[in-house]
Amino acid sequence: MSKDLANQRNQELYARAKHEILVLDGAMGSLIQDLKFTEEQFRAEKYADWPQDIKGNNDILSVTQPEAIKQLHLQYLQAGADILETNTFSSTTIAQADYKMQDEAYNINLQSAIVAQQACAEHLAATGKQCYVAGTLGPTNRTASMSPDVNDPGFRAVTFDQLRIAYGEATRALIIGGVDLILVETIFDTLNAKAALFAVEEVFEEIGYRLPIMISGTITDLSGRTLSGQTPEAFYYSINHVEPFSVGLNCALGAQEMRAHVQSIGAVATSLVCAYPNAGLPNEFGEYDESPEYMAKLVGEFATAGLVNIVGGCCGTTPAHIKAIADAVKGVTPRQVPIVETLKFG
Amino acid sequence: MTDKIMPTFMRLSGLEPFVFSDNVNFVNVGERTNVTGSAVFKKLILNDDYEGALAVARQQVENGAQIIDINMDEGMLDGEAAMVRFLNLIAAEPDIAKVPIMIDSSKWSVIEAGLKCVQGKAIVNSISLKEGEEQFIHYAKLIKRYGAATVVMAFDEDGQADTYQRKVDICTRSYRVLVDKVGFKPEDIIFDPNIFAVATGLEEHNEYGRAFIEATKTIKATLPHVHVSGGLSNLSFSFRGNNYVREAMHSAFLFHAIKAGMDMGIVNAGQLTIYDDIPKKLLLAIEDVLFNRTPDNGETSADNLLELAQEYMGEKGVKRKKDLKWREKNVADRLAHSLVNGITDFIVEDTEEARLGAKRPLHVIEGALMDGMNIVGDLFGSGQMFLPQVVKSARVMKAAVAHLMPYIEEEKLATGDTSTNSGRILMATVKGDVHDIGKNIVGVVLQCNNFEVIDMGVMVPAADIIKKAKELDVDIIGLSGLITPSLDEMCHMAAEMEREGLSIPLLIGGATTSKVHTAVKINPNYKAGQTIYVTDASRAVAVATKLMGDGSAAYQADTLAEYIDMAAKHARARSSKDRPTLAQSRVNALPIDWAGYEPKKPSFLGVKDYKNFDLAQIAKYIDWSPFFSSWELKGSYPSIFDNEKYGEAAKNLYQDATAMLDKIIAGRWTKASSVVGFWPANVDEASWPDNQNLGSIDDVTLYTDDTRTEILAKFHGLRQQMKKQPGRYNDCLADFIAPKTSGIADYVGGFTVTTGLGEEDKVAQFKAAGDDYSAILFQSLCDRLAEAFAELMHAKVRKELWGYAVDEKIDTNELWKEDYVGIRPAPGYPAQPDHTEKQTLFKLLDTTKRIGVKLTESCAMWPPSSVSGMYFSHPQSHYFGIGKIEKDQVKDYARRKGMSLDECERWLAPLLNYIK
Repeated sequence: MSKDLANQRNQELYARAKHEILVLDGAMGSLIQDLKFTEEQFRAEKYADWPQDIKGNNDILSVTQPEAIKQLHLQYLQAGADILETNTFSSTTIAQADYKMQDEAYNINLQSAIVAQQACAEHLAATGKQCYVAGTLGPTNRTASMSPDVNDPGFRAVTFDQLRIAYGEATRALIIGGVDLILVETIFDTLNAKAALFAVEEVFEEIGYRLPIMISGTITDLSGRTLSGQTPEAFYYSINHVEPFSVGLNCALGAQEMRAHVQSIGAVATSLVCAYPNAGLPNEFGEYDESPEYMAKLVGEFATAGLVNIVGGCCGTTPAHIKAIADAVKGVTPRQVPIVETLKFG
Repeated sequence: MTDKIMPTFMRLSGLEPFVFSDNVNFVNVGERTNVTGSAVFKKLILNDDYEGALAVARQQVENGAQIIDINMDEGMLDGEAAMVRFLNLIAAEPDIAKVPIMIDSSKWSVIEAGLKCVQGKAIVNSISLKEGEEQFIHYAKLIKRYGAATVVMAFDEDGQADTYQRKVDICTRSYRVLVDKVGFKPEDIIFDPNIFAVATGLEEHNEYGRAFIEATKTIKATLPHVHVSGGLSNLSFSFRGNNYVREAMHSAFLFHAIKAGMDMGIVNAGQLTIYDDIPKKLLLAIEDVLFNRTPDNGETSADNLLELAQEYMGEKGVKRKKDLKWREKNVADRLAHSLVNGITDFIVEDTEEARLGAKRPLHVIEGALMDGMNIVGDLFGSGQMFLPQVVKSARVMKAAVAHLMPYIEEEKLATGDTSTNSGRILMATVKGDVHDIGKNIVGVVLQCNNFEVIDMGVMVPAADIIKKAKELDVDIIGLSGLITPSLDEMCHMAAEMEREGLSIPLLIGGATTSKVHTAVKINPNYKAGQTIYVTDASRAVAVATKLMGDGSAAYQADTLAEYIDMAAKHARARSSKDRPTLAQSRVNALPIDWAGYEPKKPSFLGVKDYKNFDLAQIAKYIDWSPFFSSWELKGSYPSIFDNEKYGEAAKNLYQDATAMLDKIIAGRWTKASSVVGFWPANVDEASWPDNQNLGSIDDVTLYTDDTRTEILAKFHGLRQQMKKQPGRYNDCLADFIAPKTSGIADYVGGFTVTTGLGEEDKVAQFKAAGDDYSAILFQSLCDRLAEAFAELMHAKVRKELWGYAVDEKIDTNELWKEDYVGIRPAPGYPAQPDHTEKQTLFKLLDTTKRIGVKLTESCAMWPPSSVSGMYFSHPQSHYFGIGKIEKDQVKDYARRKGMSLDECERWLAPLLNYIK
């Protein structure tokens, strides 16, 4: 994307967010599961000889089954989503190492961005509505500020610089693929997120322009803290230096449990606030029970209470959930973003 | 709907948020997890007791620290590794990690390593304009990107801000750069306008307290949203050992600084007196010091507080009176007591009392004061007093004489001159040489014995000395020199004295001089007068006294006879020795087995400088034994304190020295800088450009890069030429470097360190104030600091910069035993006595341009408190002494260096085993 186009999209996004609550898409995982792709379909021709099984590496489908992924994106756009998330939750070199596909990471990010932009273009042609693509940077499967070894609390399985390099490569590919925003999400260790944001800033400096950054943490249990131990406010202050487009929470708990924490962030945030919960907590079969209507009622209340600027869905949500949520927040006044106090003197 | 407004506050985080809102009056930064500030914490870290170190951190948070400062700047530590490990461990301790971290280091690499470990929003401590705006912007951008706030020191390219104006100017400039050019949020800036030691007794420090407080006011009023912080411990350095007064000073200072707008501080909260609990008299004295006011009694505020502080010695401010019984004696005894004990407190009032009781002011000098100095002289002569004490006595004497001078001058006008000196002595360090500690000591001691001493300083040309000697009609000339080329200059000086028709005695002294050299080389040049070698200050008085007495002629005749005899013996001794030729010596070179040896490649090739190094760190490397030796107290530290004879003197000297050292560090009296270089090197017998066949196995060839095709320079080496026992070798430094033919990629290093930047001015100040004791003490400390710095840098080179001994772990005691791998021989010293090699070294290191150290025409380094040398890393490399060398080697060496034989012989004069 050119600098001018990026600036134009950037301005459009800020202008729209002033007057309306923007809608993010929902989960990819459950929809992909429903497609029941086989190992062969995951591999396609390109990876026919890959030395290990790659079924379950959902992100690779942007490369091997791009048409199917585009159709999923289109379903969310038709449901009323304004912003798509690229299919790149695990597309860093670090996370792809599980499939020995670290060398494919760049291409996965690139193809995922392209396929999401294609869906937006088709939707624009069909409906005249401009939608946007957020390039997703997931948390990876390692933590920079916690030790995986209980006997050695000083040990780290990944360093800041390893993360920074991995995120930098993914960001470059996403931007070349044409994303409109960057989304650092499902943050359970803020230090991982800081490494991602450091890398994103480095890439912005390289290309000479900025994209809006969305940041979304996750509160994993009822203690009300991130996995790495931070309160929502502490989390906000730790990442606020990149002057994010939005900060919020996603995943883990359902909307009900998330509300108080979204409120905490909103109380201190000078950015937009974003919330995209799961469809409730998973049941004993690992399925999410909340119906589109029930979830839309909860998330709709976030909106009418003035807590949010961007809403969407995470695990267990479907196009039906997003449609219900989009309908529920339609016409509701978004959260008022506080004005930063201007200089007292001088 | 009205707009919601988010106030601009510094917002930090650990696991929990910390908002520096308007309700927060003062943020207390915990300082116990700082190796430079807490001996306990340092010990835990050095002993690898991180459990214990975590307990210190936890305790601080429990005691209410809102932020904890972590510092691992310790010479014996890998700062980055220690910082990372400690921060990673803290991350696993929620009761510590809940507060924000202040990452504190003077090294950027340590700060950056720390920033990569904290998930919260931390504070960096610190950055400044010290290395220029470009570097400042670079660091600030990174700090912003890591999401941290930062402390900014009021420090720029010209140094630390000490005045109100400089503090304000530098902070304002820093603010504009950060806010306008970097886009740094102003609320994330914390200025540290430097709290310096007050009441040091130096006039220029008097404004330090007020300057900080006033600067704080202006900064808070003109630079929106910033914070002001400072480290308090410096403030009261002058009162080390008196915690009661220190704590009272800190409380009083904070009280006023907080009112002015200081809102953050590195403070040990448990150690603050409550402002209102400070005794009123003490508080007034402290505030006089802080605001540079003259106390009601008319003394200086510093003196007043120092005096009052005595009453609060001891743990809980219990008053302890000094034993002042001697004050009840008569005035002559009191003067003697002050002189012998080096007490200046009462000298003016006692001298005045003596003057009022004497017929003429001169009688006070000739009477009571000289009597007192005679006691000092006797005690010194009989070994009951020692040099440091004598120099202190001299300080008292000077103060007394200074008081009397106006009256004597007045009298002179009426009666004409009345000189009653024992004699007039002209002293100088010769041209090309800069060392004058020894000369200054001799000068002071001579003055104590009533000699009039005219000191011409350092680098004085022969013609100037002779002119001055004639002009003042002096009785004796004394020359000093430390480096070998000075010997030649002394010979020249002697010849010039002969030519100019002088016949007064010439005294020779200094580290490189010797009785033999004086007898054989200098004495024959000066037949009209007698040259006499003097070993040390104590001997100088005896020699000068004899020369001025009735037996002077006889003494000079005896000396001449002794020297002639000595020269004859020397000539005979030389010819009888059976010594190997250079070729034979080379065959007996140390046989290192190069097969399988893999030299470590240094972390960088080329040159880097390290400026404004932390003096406190350097001080830890001081080897005290040579320090005592420079004061003519022989013995090794610390057992010297138990010495039956001068243990007490050594203790007192050590006390004065450490107290001054604290001031040097706190007041930044001198600056420490160094430059280090590494180059690909081999011994290449076959090579020299233009096929001049000037290669030799005694020279180290340096290459421009690792392709080893282009020659950069050569380190020329001398080789021992004494006869060796079987199994012992004729050493040369080049033997420790792999030959080119071995195919091994070897390296050599070089360095210059200095701790003398600023030394000269300070010495001049002390001398102007008549305080020779402090001047010499300061010089000898700078000299030790330079050696300490060389030792520190060598450790850094071994463990980090070259990195061939990364795992080395030794305490400082072992350092002085030189018990580590590799050596750092210095040109001009035993392993390579040729001073001109410094020219090569300086050129390679670009020393003068980078750190301001210069070479004189005799290759002495200026400032004198500097050390330079080469680094060798081979495990078998070791120190040795070249000893005497033969003409075959000198010829070969001259050819290799491209020098004439004559010039070469001059530089190597003390080594020559033949008559030129």
